[in-house]
Amino acid sequence: MSTTATTTTTDPTGTPTEPTGTAAGAATGRRAPAVRTRPAPARTPFRRVQYVELRKMFDTRSGFWLMASIVITSTVATVITLLVGDRDDLTYESFAAAIGSPMSVILPVIGVLAVTSEWSQRTTLTTFTLVPGRSRVLAAKLLNTLLIGAAGMVVALGVGALGNLITSLITGNDAVWGISVADVAQIVLANELGMLLGFALGLLFRSSPAAIVGYFVVNLVLPGLSGALAAAQDWWADNAGWFDINESRFLLFDSHLTGQDWAQLGVTSLLWIVLPLLVGTRLVLRSEVK
Amino acid sequence: MITVESLSKSYGSFTAVDDVSFTALPGRVTGFLGPNGAGKSTTMRVMVGLTDPGHGEIRVLGRRFAELPDPGREVGVLLDASAQHAGRTGREILTIAALTMGLPRTRVDEMLERVSLTPDEASRRVRNYSLGMRQRLGIGTALLGNPEVLILDEPANGLDPAGIRWMRDLLRGFADEGGTVLLSSHLLHEIEVIADDLVVIGNGRIVAQGTKEELLAGAGTLVRSTDGTALAAALQAAGITARPTSGGAVLAEADLARVGQAAFAAGIAVTELRAADGAGLEEMFLALTAESQRDTVTTTATQGAAA
Repeated sequence: MSTTATTTTTDPTGTPTEPTGTAAGAATGRRAPAVRTRPAPARTPFRRVQYVELRKMFDTRSGFWLMASIVITSTVATVITLLVGDRDDLTYESFAAAIGSPMSVILPVIGVLAVTSEWSQRTTLTTFTLVPGRSRVLAAKLLNTLLIGAAGMVVALGVGALGNLITSLITGNDAVWGISVADVAQIVLANELGMLLGFALGLLFRSSPAAIVGYFVVNLVLPGLSGALAAAQDWWADNAGWFDINESRFLLFDSHLTGQDWAQLGVTSLLWIVLPLLVGTRLVLRSEVK
Repeated sequence: MITVESLSKSYGSFTAVDDVSFTALPGRVTGFLGPNGAGKSTTMRVMVGLTDPGHGEIRVLGRRFAELPDPGREVGVLLDASAQHAGRTGREILTIAALTMGLPRTRVDEMLERVSLTPDEASRRVRNYSLGMRQRLGIGTALLGNPEVLILDEPANGLDPAGIRWMRDLLRGFADEGGTVLLSSHLLHEIEVIADDLVVIGNGRIVAQGTKEELLAGAGTLVRSTDGTALAAALQAAGITARPTSGGAVLAEADLARVGQAAFAAGIAVTELRAADGAGLEEMFLALTAESQRDTVTTTATQGAAA
C-alpha cells in the first residue's frame, strides 16, 4: 500500500467514495489499492452477543431437551413425592428437597455445555470470527448461565409449590411451606455455585466429557476422599472446610450457616470456582482456535 | 485489502509459517496456493485472529482483525465448512450469524436463495448435509454481512462441477464490484481459472507470487512427438532447456517458433505444439514446491495437465 497512491477519496461530507484512478497500478497490471471504501460499522453491542449466545443454548435438539429437562425432572420429582410420600406430613421442604437433587445434576451440566459445546462442535471458528473479543463471548455465556440457573430454579421451585398446593387440596390440610425466603435463596445460591463450577471446568477442559466427569469427581468422589482423610488425620478433620467446597456448599441446601461456614464457603469458592474460572478464561483467550 | 507483513509462526521447533509477506488487493481474486501442510490454513487463521501471530502482522482493511468493530460486516470468512453444530438447521446457522451482525431476518432468506439452498434443505439439520451443501452454507455465512473482503479456505472442496462454476462466477462478480478475495486451494486448475494474482507457498515460505500472467509467462512451450525422450534430447542439443513429461510430451523453455524450428531441424515429426498454459501452473506449482512435496515428483506428474 505504500508503493502506490491510495485512491480512497473523501467527498465534502466525509463519506469515502469508490476508488478512482487505476493508472497508478497500470504498470503492474493491478488496480491501485484502496484502504477502505465504506465507513466502518458500529461495534457489535454486548446485548446482541448475549442474545445470540442465549439462543444457541436452545436452538439444537440436545440444548432444547436439556433445558426442558429442568421442567420435566422437577415435575417428575414432584409427582413422585406426591404419590409415594406420606401426604399428611408433606411440606414444601419435602418438595424442594426432591427437586433439588435432579437440579444439582442438570444445572452444572448446563454450565459445562454452555462452554464446551462450542469446542466439541468446533463452532468457535465462526463465533470468534464474528466476535473476535473472546472475553465478551465468555462474559455473555457466563451471564446467560447464571440467568438460566436462576430461571430454572424459579421454574423448579414453582413446580414444587404447585405440588405442595395439590397436596393440601388432596389432604384438606393447609399447605405447609416451612422454608423461608432466605432458605430458598440459599438453595438457589448453592445451585448457581454448582453451575459456576461446571462453567469453570468447561473453560479449563474445553471438552464436554472431561468437564462433566471432572464435575462429578469434585462433587461425588472428593467428599469421600476428604472423609477418609479426615478419619485418619485430625488436622484435616478440623480444617477440611477451608479446602473442600462441598462441605460448605452442601450446608446451603438444608442448614443455617454460621459466620465461619460463610467464610469457608467464600474461601473454597475462590479456590474451586474463581481460580479455575480465571485460569480457564486465560487459556481460552490465548489458545489457538482450530 | 489484506496485507501480510513478514508473518512467522512456530510451534516448538516446527516453523509452520516462515517470513510470509503478500498483499491481496481490492478488485482482484488472490489465489493462495500450496500443498497440504504448507501453512495456508495457519496463515488464514492468523489473518482472522484465531491464532496469534508469532512474529509479523496481518492487517485487513487497514486494521488487525481483532480491532474490526463488527467483523462480519466487513470481512466474510469461511475456514472450515464442517465446523458447524451438526444439530442446527442451515437456516438457524445463518440466523445466528445475522443476529450477531444485527441484520434483518429477511437477509437470511435472500442469502439462502443466493447460495441455492432450498427452503426444504435449509430446514434440515447440518448433520444431514453433504460437504457441498455445507460449503454453500459457509459461503452464505461469509457473504451475509455484505463484506468488502472474503477469506475462504478451500471453498471448492466438495462442490460438484456446477457448484464450482457457480462459486467461480460469484467470486468473480464480488471482485469486479471492488471486493477483495483471498482463497486458498490445492486444486490448481480451479485457482488458475479464477485467480488474478497468485501466492504460492511451500514449507511455510512463499516460493512465488505475482499476477497469474507474470507467473505463467515463464511456463514455456509444450511440444509432443511419438518419442518424447528423443525430442527432448534434440531440443537440448539445440540449446533449449527441455524435459520430457509424459505421453511423448516435452516442456521446453522457449517460444513456439524456436521449439518448432529445433524439432524440424532434428527431423522429428511434431504431433502437438502449443503454449504450455494449461500445464503451466501445475508444472510451476510442482517445481516450486518440489522440496516441500510429500510425494516425490517424477516426470509423470504432469500427466493430467498434459493430457
